[in-house]
Amino acid sequence: MTPPFPTGSNSDLGRLYRTMRRVRSFEERVGELFVRGQSAGSMLHLSIGEESAAVGVCAAMKPQDTFTTHHRGHGIFLARGADPNRMMAEIGGKEAGYCHGKGGSMHIADMGLGHLGANAIVGGGIPAVVGAGLSARHKGNGAVSVAFFGDGATGQGILYESMNMAALWKLPVLFCCINNQYGMGTRIDNATANTALHERALAFGLAAETVDGLDVEAVAEAARRLVDGARAGRPAFLAVDCYRFFGHARKDKSPYRDPAEEDEGRMKDPVAHARARLIDTGMTAAALDAMDGEIDAEMDATIDFTIAQTEPPLASMFRDVYAPTEPEPEPVRARIARVLART
Amino acid sequence: MVEMTYREALRQALADAMTENPDIILLGEEVGRYGGAYGVTRDLIKEFGAHRVIDTPISEAAIVGAAVGAAMTGLRPVAELMYVDFIGMTMDQLANQAAKIRYMFGGQIGVPMVLRTQGGTGRSAGAQHSQSLEAYVMHTPGLRLAMPATVADAYHLLRQAMTCPDPVVFIEHKALYTMKEDVDLAAEPLPWGKAAVRRAGDDLVIVTYSRQVHHAMAAAATLAAQGIEATVIDLRTLNPLDFDTIRPFVERAGRAMVVSEGVMTAGVGAELSARITEECFDFLHDPVVRVAGEDIPISVSPALEAGSVPGPALIAETALRMLA
Ligand SMILES: Cc1ncc(C[n+]2csc(CCOP(=O)(O)OP(=O)(O)O)c2C)c(N)n1
Ligand SMILES: [Mg+2]
Repeated sequence: MTPPFPTGSNSDLGRLYRTMRRVRSFEERVGELFVRGQSAGSMLHLSIGEESAAVGVCAAMKPQDTFTTHHRGHGIFLARGADPNRMMAEIGGKEAGYCHGKGGSMHIADMGLGHLGANAIVGGGIPAVVGAGLSARHKGNGAVSVAFFGDGATGQGILYESMNMAALWKLPVLFCCINNQYGMGTRIDNATANTALHERALAFGLAAETVDGLDVEAVAEAARRLVDGARAGRPAFLAVDCYRFFGHARKDKSPYRDPAEEDEGRMKDPVAHARARLIDTGMTAAALDAMDGEIDAEMDATIDFTIAQTEPPLASMFRDVYAPTEPEPEPVRARIARVLART
Repeated sequence: MVEMTYREALRQALADAMTENPDIILLGEEVGRYGGAYGVTRDLIKEFGAHRVIDTPISEAAIVGAAVGAAMTGLRPVAELMYVDFIGMTMDQLANQAAKIRYMFGGQIGVPMVLRTQGGTGRSAGAQHSQSLEAYVMHTPGLRLAMPATVADAYHLLRQAMTCPDPVVFIEHKALYTMKEDVDLAAEPLPWGKAAVRRAGDDLVIVTYSRQVHHAMAAAATLAAQGIEATVIDLRTLNPLDFDTIRPFVERAGRAMVVSEGVMTAGVGAELSARITEECFDFLHDPVVRVAGEDIPISVSPALEAGSVPGPALIAETALRMLA
């Protein structure tokens, strides 16, 4: 079992590899869940190729830290220690999922792990970390809050409003931009005039770096530096350069990309890179294969688990619109029956 | 007559209008190379070039704001908002700028732009990609609002929107894109702002729009099999609202139901119900009944999603209760 919080002390390459491998294996199973017609919808965004960002940054976080993610957030949540069964069940829209089937892939959250929520609005989760930073400062609990978002979110004004506030108030906040080079079918240079994204953060007075996502150790190292700095009141921005291996969502086959570019992009594989490094440092392929096999078996089981789970009961749709102490909204049917009973 | 889909009709409307009017430009996320998230603008960039079919960054507020400025300076922009759920991000530009410029500036200039978007349930897309937010728009004086239910209207309403002197929000329904119909695009369309009577009957009037027109028609067929004849009115545009078409049918039947996919409270149905009650009060046997989306967000669970919005069964069941 992976400890729930893979903190700094666990950030040796073996552990980083293992967590990245779990993310990859999980994401492949998300794809399979869709193929088997068991996912809730097709808006499933896989983070294959981006594992080092999730794993490297989460390795630098402490248990009290909080974070928000974008729509491509499975890997981040898993790296933070999520239960893959409950994640997969949520992606399948089942009652046993983290959000009882209400949220799905794009709205998964778990307050216990400091996950303030994934978001289907590009940029939607970014300003919450400013608020979390204010909370941390007020309560003096030493928590850092990390906003994970894609390169596409740099098109949203709210990022700049948030970065300015974080810098102005010296909040314990990290803005982590996972730059996979694409927002849907648009390559970054078709959406952004200056693609050196961290320069924007510098302009706001944040500590800011770009790191190559091929090397998870480099990501973990940069993240440790910036997260520690944020904890000490120096808010920061980290861009992780990587490549989106597959389509935007499960059905997209990326017809807008040049196959040669894809081949080259997929060479930037942080999992394969870490594996090669482990072999260089003396681990045997057999030992790694055994670890991989164990991980794949664990992730295979998430599919069976999900298929065996029940749909949320229909009446649960009225639950959690308001606090549990408040009355639930009156169902339309009941209201119509009440109105017509009087006539 | 040709058979085409709702999606193809929308595309055809854009292509025909762009051919006729060189000042029409399209701008939005993924409208060019990708062809639109739902494929409506497919290959238009090949036909009209990247200077007229403009891929933008993910910057909704500035997309709509840029459309406002372009419209004020001689272009006829058609901006695309990928999901109506993102309308909040554009609301200042839409409600405070586009909607008010003609009025605030004493009639000097209008903002002849179209904001195309799509909404509704049907794809397990979750709480932030499945909403029906037309009431936000209808609540803002200065904005026109069209919501086509049929393939022919997808074509004609969009063509008409692109000649409207004022800003039009044009909301497609994501569950209708693959719907097919035989259409004669050369036939004279209903004028802009006129509701369509899809079916006439003397027992009750169902007033609706967009996808719920199809649910209402299915319910009306079920009711007809039981000897109940319903009128189904498809509003086509919510602003202008064609009350003149509604009135005589309600006066004749004495019973009206209003159906919308959006949530019930303070929704389009609330406005319609109030209008009918105020204007046809003496003719009504029953309160005007609202059939609408539940007052809750939309879940990703397909079961909860389907349970959150009206369908033919709820419409038919409600009609039977009214006539019991
Ligand atoms: C406000 C908003 N605009 C548009 C979309 C549609 N959309 C979903 S993901 C996406 C691309 C996002 O790209 P990026 O931020 O780079 O994240 P990635 O998908 O590459 O992980 C777009 C345009 C959205 N969900 N929210
Ligand atoms: Mg991206």
